[in-house]
Amino acid sequence: MTYAAKNLTTGGRELIAFRVGDQEFCVNIMSVREIRGWTPATPMPHAPPYMLGVINLRGAVLPIIDFSARLGMKAAEPTVRHVIIVAQVNTRVVGLLVDAVSDILTVADSDIQPTPEIASDFERSFARGVLAIEGRMICLVELDSVFPNEEREAA
Amino acid sequence: MDMNEIKEIFFQECEEQLAELESGLLKLNDGDRDPETVNAVFRAVHSIKGGAGAFGLDDLVSFAHVFETTLDCVRSNRLEPTQDVLKVMLRSADVLSDLTNAARDGGSVDEARSRQLINELEALANGELPQPAAEAVKAAPVAEVPRPTMNEEGFQPVAFNFDEFESSEAPTIEPSTFEIVFKPKSELYSKGNDATLLLRDLSRLGEMSIHCDMDELPALDGMNPEAAYFSWKISLKTDKGEDAIRTVFEFAEWDCDLDVTLADESAGAREELPMHPVPFDLSLLDEDAPLTPAEDEDQSAEQQHELRDAAISAAATANKVVQMAQTAARAPAETAKSAAPAPVSAAQAASQQTASAATPTIRVDLDRVDRLINLVGELVINQAMLSQSVIENDTNGTSSINMGLEELQQLTREIQDSVMAIRAQPVKPVFQRMSRIVREIADMTGKSVRLVTEGENTEVDKTVIDKLAEPLTHMIRNAVDHGLETPEKRVAAGKTPEGTVRLTAKHRSGRIVIELADDGAGINREKVRQKAIDNDLIAADANLSDEEVDNLIFHAGFSTADKISDISGRGVGMDVVKRSIQALGGRINISSRPGQGSTFTMSLPLTLAVLDGMVVTVANQTLVVPLTAIVETLQPEASAIHSFGASQRLISIRNSFCPLVDVGRILNFRATQANPVEGVALLVESEGGGQRALMVDAIQGQRQVVIKSLEANYTHVPGIAAATILGDGRVALILDVDAIVSASRGQSLKPEMTLAAAG
Repeated sequence: MTYAAKNLTTGGRELIAFRVGDQEFCVNIMSVREIRGWTPATPMPHAPPYMLGVINLRGAVLPIIDFSARLGMKAAEPTVRHVIIVAQVNTRVVGLLVDAVSDILTVADSDIQPTPEIASDFERSFARGVLAIEGRMICLVELDSVFPNEEREAA
Repeated sequence: MDMNEIKEIFFQECEEQLAELESGLLKLNDGDRDPETVNAVFRAVHSIKGGAGAFGLDDLVSFAHVFETTLDCVRSNRLEPTQDVLKVMLRSADVLSDLTNAARDGGSVDEARSRQLINELEALANGELPQPAAEAVKAAPVAEVPRPTMNEEGFQPVAFNFDEFESSEAPTIEPSTFEIVFKPKSELYSKGNDATLLLRDLSRLGEMSIHCDMDELPALDGMNPEAAYFSWKISLKTDKGEDAIRTVFEFAEWDCDLDVTLADESAGAREELPMHPVPFDLSLLDEDAPLTPAEDEDQSAEQQHELRDAAISAAATANKVVQMAQTAARAPAETAKSAAPAPVSAAQAASQQTASAATPTIRVDLDRVDRLINLVGELVINQAMLSQSVIENDTNGTSSINMGLEELQQLTREIQDSVMAIRAQPVKPVFQRMSRIVREIADMTGKSVRLVTEGENTEVDKTVIDKLAEPLTHMIRNAVDHGLETPEKRVAAGKTPEGTVRLTAKHRSGRIVIELADDGAGINREKVRQKAIDNDLIAADANLSDEEVDNLIFHAGFSTADKISDISGRGVGMDVVKRSIQALGGRINISSRPGQGSTFTMSLPLTLAVLDGMVVTVANQTLVVPLTAIVETLQPEASAIHSFGASQRLISIRNSFCPLVDVGRILNFRATQANPVEGVALLVESEGGGQRALMVDAIQGQRQVVIKSLEANYTHVPGIAAATILGDGRVALILDVDAIVSASRGQSLKPEMTLAAAG
């Protein structure tokens, strides 16, 4: 069962909302292991530009992805104020660099609207849907596609 | 504990027993005639058989049984353990091991092979010399051995159909009548055996009449429910011989008084037996038959064997006796319900006694140890971080903090050493596996080989041991196949017909050195050279030293040759061997003397969890280069750097030219090549024996680092072997020197990387 399918079968759910630039996103709280501050990452040779490198997470080597750059937006210039969302995606643990974590949301499935028909496939592949909360627009992110697995890279 | 867990324990014990078996047989092969060695070998097979019986592993049981019977002949000095005999036995041990594996993993075993060995073993037991394979005839179909049935105690008697085992024997044994006196001790019952089941097995051997002696039965109020009061006097007409009878009782042989005599010889003695025969209804021995109350107490002896067919009454007393005996047997059996069958525990107790000198051990899941090692690795890093921040904060003064830190440092180091020692294991199991490889390849090639192992108690990390088996197997095969000559050639060369392969392990300066030496013909340098020229590996007029020629066999070009036996050099997969040794962080060397043999020396790290590394700086990044790869370091001078074409540069070292590789450039850490004069060159040796000078900016020092997997959360990165965490808590990458070197050769790191970048 994929990440998305698992979520859609449960009723109400908790999401962690975060901010990147002037946009808001959220991910399922179940896949979030911890939230921690930015520490300098060791760059990886020949890595794609959004791959900031790896950091030491209590002995494990944790790759850090710049979420903003991953979406094709402006690359972040990480500071101590930036936040890393440590998430479990399938068997891997990866870090997502974002500007700030804003909220924990409890929403019903019915609150999630389908992704609007937008021109770019690129954004569509990350979005599982959108939420309208107090006049804000929050995009539910599909972590599976943010962290491409090896097989997909090889294809 | 469920059945599967018990089974798992059984298989683990089997592994130990098989190792015991093999080492015992090898000892015998080396001329050891200690009865205890023979006993240990016998016990090992016996234990496996007993356990296998409990789990209904029929194939295993039937093979172990034949094996055991032959070993019993050796034990009782009826069979001399000559080389030929031991050859069969060692091969049988291999098959037994295969059968055990098949039983565990559900695979299948070459039935023809086990059948042939069954025949050979039986032939040995009958005093015949080992027969060549072709003469194996009318083997007993193993599958037809009746499946032992589970009785209500949950205990499975190991039942054999002896007809099949015996059928291939010479049909010289005339049916004869045996008088058997069987008097169980109470131990028999307390170990979960059932006298009636033994009697039933006995009844399958032939025509049988049976009397129960219950003279010792006390009055009911004086009866001890755990004691054994009955004995049986059996008259059995069978063509199977005394051995078959004794085999029925073999699980009970220490727990009963058993007297088997040929009827004719004991005719006189029989009269003197102080026994009042009580007729015994044989139908009671048949599980399905209803217990019929007996009427007639005075059945005459002549009528007794008709009782079975008639299935009529037996004496009421006999009936009661059997019932009581069954109850008596059942009570203790109840307590031993889930335990392995008695013979196994008996044999184990015995082997524990003999091994009492060994230190006690526990079996631990490797995962748990790994977790502990990880945590200790963390502790070490944290301790380093703490020390560093104390220094940075310049608390300086308070000596108590410094002293505490120092103590902590010592403690963590000691903990790390002890934890690493947990995973350390002797190389013995791998070495033992090699003796099997030697036997197989010697059989295939028709050569006569002796494997001598030394230092098999040398300890290495478990991960190293696991990965050692494959390259060693390759090398042993090569040593026997290509290294050793045929017996005729050896004799012609003035050597003993039997070749020797010597496998040695020893510790040397924090590494383990494994040596594989043969006394064969050595490497035929002319042919190797010719082969290399044919494959365009070297120029036809190249001037190579002997060592360089020997090293050619590690070249990949040699393993791709279509027919390797055409050259006497050892080509098969030696490049693979070298690569797997290097993957372990090791090195391999050859020394060969024509006509006297070759020696392969492997030097390996004791553990894969830590690595000796050179910490270097490249483009402001900290990298670790495995120390084993580095031959020397040097400070290049401007005069030694020579441009070669548009982008290549060479460095001259002692009048030879070595390509310079800028690590920062090849890893894409910087856009242009750095000025070599400002950096340091690490001279590294690559796969093909060629050298490269890796340019780094600065050397920070040498240290042991804990290896961390990159693949777990990231992907494999070409050019990077793994990661580690330095004292400041940051991740440093460990360089994959071989990949860097081959990348510098033109096989770019790119293809994989561009894909990763596109992802």
